[in-house]
Amino acid sequence: MSATRLRLAALAALLALAGGAHAEPLKIALASEPTAVDPHYHQATPNNALAAHIFETLVAQDAKMNLTPALAESWHAVDDSTWEFKLREGVKFSNGEPFTPQDVIFTFCRVVNNEEAIAGSYASVVKKFAGVEAVDGQTLRIKTRAPYPLLPNDLTRMGILWSGITEHGAITFDLENKCGVTGAWPKVNDFNTGKLAIGTGPYKLKSYVKGTGIELERNETYWGDKPEWTTVTFVPVPNAGPRLTGLLAGDFDLIESPAARDVQRIKNTPGFGYVVTPSVRVVYFQFDVGRDDSPLVKAPNGKNPLQDVRVRRAISMAIDRKAIVDRIMDGMATPANQFLPDGMFGTLRNPPELKYDPEAAKKLLAEAGYADGFELTVSATNDRYINDGQIAQAVAQYLSRIGIKARVDAMTRSVYFPKRAKREFSFAMGGWASETGEASSFLQYWVTSYAPELGMGTSNYGRYSNPELDEVFRQAVTTVDDAQREKLLQQALTLALQDLPSIPLHYESSLWAFRKGLTYEGRADQYTLATSVKRAP
Amino acid sequence: MLLFTLRRLLQSLFVLLAVSVVVFFAVYAVGDPIELLVSPEATMEARQATIARLGLDQPVWRQYLAFLWRALQGDLGNSFVHGVPAIGLILQRLPATFELVLVAITLSCVVGIPLGLVAGLYRDRVLGRGIMAGSVLGFSLPNFWQGMMLILLFAVWLGWLPASGRGQTVDVLGVPLSILTADGWSHIVMPAINLALANIALVLRLTATGVAEAQTQEYVKFARAKGVRPGRIVRRHILRNILVPVVTVVGMEFGSLIAYSTITETVFAWPGMGKLLIDSVYQLDRPVVVAYVMLATFIFVVVNFVVDVLYAALDPRVQLVSPAH
Repeated sequence: MSATRLRLAALAALLALAGGAHAEPLKIALASEPTAVDPHYHQATPNNALAAHIFETLVAQDAKMNLTPALAESWHAVDDSTWEFKLREGVKFSNGEPFTPQDVIFTFCRVVNNEEAIAGSYASVVKKFAGVEAVDGQTLRIKTRAPYPLLPNDLTRMGILWSGITEHGAITFDLENKCGVTGAWPKVNDFNTGKLAIGTGPYKLKSYVKGTGIELERNETYWGDKPEWTTVTFVPVPNAGPRLTGLLAGDFDLIESPAARDVQRIKNTPGFGYVVTPSVRVVYFQFDVGRDDSPLVKAPNGKNPLQDVRVRRAISMAIDRKAIVDRIMDGMATPANQFLPDGMFGTLRNPPELKYDPEAAKKLLAEAGYADGFELTVSATNDRYINDGQIAQAVAQYLSRIGIKARVDAMTRSVYFPKRAKREFSFAMGGWASETGEASSFLQYWVTSYAPELGMGTSNYGRYSNPELDEVFRQAVTTVDDAQREKLLQQALTLALQDLPSIPLHYESSLWAFRKGLTYEGRADQYTLATSVKRAP
Repeated sequence: MLLFTLRRLLQSLFVLLAVSVVVFFAVYAVGDPIELLVSPEATMEARQATIARLGLDQPVWRQYLAFLWRALQGDLGNSFVHGVPAIGLILQRLPATFELVLVAITLSCVVGIPLGLVAGLYRDRVLGRGIMAGSVLGFSLPNFWQGMMLILLFAVWLGWLPASGRGQTVDVLGVPLSILTADGWSHIVMPAINLALANIALVLRLTATGVAEAQTQEYVKFARAKGVRPGRIVRRHILRNILVPVVTVVGMEFGSLIAYSTITETVFAWPGMGKLLIDSVYQLDRPVVVAYVMLATFIFVVVNFVVDVLYAALDPRVQLVSPAH
């Protein structure tokens, strides 16, 4: 070691001894930076993950996205349109103030008065409430306009704020009169500076400097398990190469999303480990079935072959999902036979395997009248999903083998998503992470008929419409009984897999790499949490 | 001098206006940022509310006029993605970029000019030829590869320097600077070298050719004939006269590095403006992109002004404003 480094190391050791024997700092490198500390600003994974350290929700999700109690100890449906939550006692905010049902009501009110928020799902959750009342100091009763079985699920992403961050009188759920709030509603920047970032979570915000890093310090009065780290520093390093070298150089203790091809390197370097966790993000292709004349398909008979379910099944059979997972994703993915990983709520227990059978695919195509194939453009992003460009090329090659003349049009996401929304594609790639951890999420936005006033089918760019599926789905999302709802969701999924308006390819896996001496409990929702980092036994 | 300044000011305002029009309409033409921001889980009314709040439901020329009106009052708009004033976002990252570029430019001059002098004076010897050949490497090696190699060598294998990021900062008049701490220097060394290498090569070659040309000039031959010591000839006569092209290039490079040192900032995760620009372009965050390009234009304008003034200082033949006839 050079003399300077030796001196610096000695100084650091001295300071560590003097400053307190058990300072346990943790430094994590992030792949994308949270854009705000405000938990209700933007529904995005990095933002949600950061908010989870500082603010807590009534209901939380564990690593496999099962619902677990957080600020609510228990909850149950009193009847079809009433939910009752029993709040935890003895919880304090980081500034010492007690957690009360009024804080929850204040949070609900704030969410619908958050003008700066980028439209997400927060306000739409609260808009489904008919009334909220604190039955006693510990119980909260929420009345909903229509049966709302997913309410506990939707509350897992709504961080609870302290009502004292603005002036108010008595707080009640009276949206007309601003719920009794007399001061100004908090703004995005107030949270960024830390002034109003007061929550019940295991960590407190010390500083948030965009581009440089986020510093958290341990909340010593946290009600739950004592957080292991005294300080946590998140540093955004968006490029995978420097992120990895930072880990190898000892600058970071843990990094998220190293490139899959670098896993070999991590395996072969002593002193480092990694964990691979299947996530709920499914990569799929959506067909344009709604139009007789689709922009990027050309068939000799002038019709749109994608409207024929035999053609869609043939295309699904032509793709070797296992090979894509092995060769392109380096094993860091799981072939998908439905739209949510097996085992999650509402999925089919034994879904029929989407087999790779090019011969059968050719036969099906001929049966449908396209023995000579047709022309098709495979549209995809090249910078949004893991290896998206290469996946598109592989798919195009598989299609060519069964006689479809496929070409690839991969573009940057800022051009792709607006174009897709304007329905300029016929066979378009997509990725979707079901944040609710259950099966209705994908169906609601991508498969049900396009009905934006109802909030259904808003991403159904292919305009697939199956009234039977719509009916089963509508029943499912208004059935509060878990067992019945699961059956209905499975029914809807079966219908969707028979018709294949979209074909799933695989579920992405999330990767975390860390230095020796640590373990990380990988999460299906891809959040990187300091609370999931533990010292190795 | 006053006339010169006023004319420059007027020209700059024109340029700023033109730039704002071009960038505004260019980013608009790429696509609709709403698709990249709003989650499909949002209700129609929430989506419409966001569109209306961001002004995206207006025809583009009206959006531009609204932007211009607010800009004249000093408000360049709020970032679509971050929700905070765009200019604030950029200015927050300006000190980091500024000090990186300052160190890089200083390195370029401190290393490039002497090396160039040596290369020029000894151009017929192995030393001079060697330096010139080496300089080719400087501007032909790709920037990101250079950066990754530096990180591999100094951070991973030798462990002397940190791999990325900015070091500890000290607040000077409210501006956080990292070059005042030892930790800051250990972080800035590699990215500054990475940025500087191409410029060192450029400055070196310019100086060398300038020296070669100056040596054939009459006044140098005269000084040599007079018996002036070689060192004094180089310092007093040659150096001053070759600096004009060097100053031009350094000025241009300074402006372009401030605005577009994106690759180095990405490789070293340096929290500067370049990275913000690239991310904003990807996310179609129009207010930030427009504010950024206008700021970059403004910087170029100021730098050009300073360069022109330096010309006049360095070369008495140059007049800032030609005399009226």
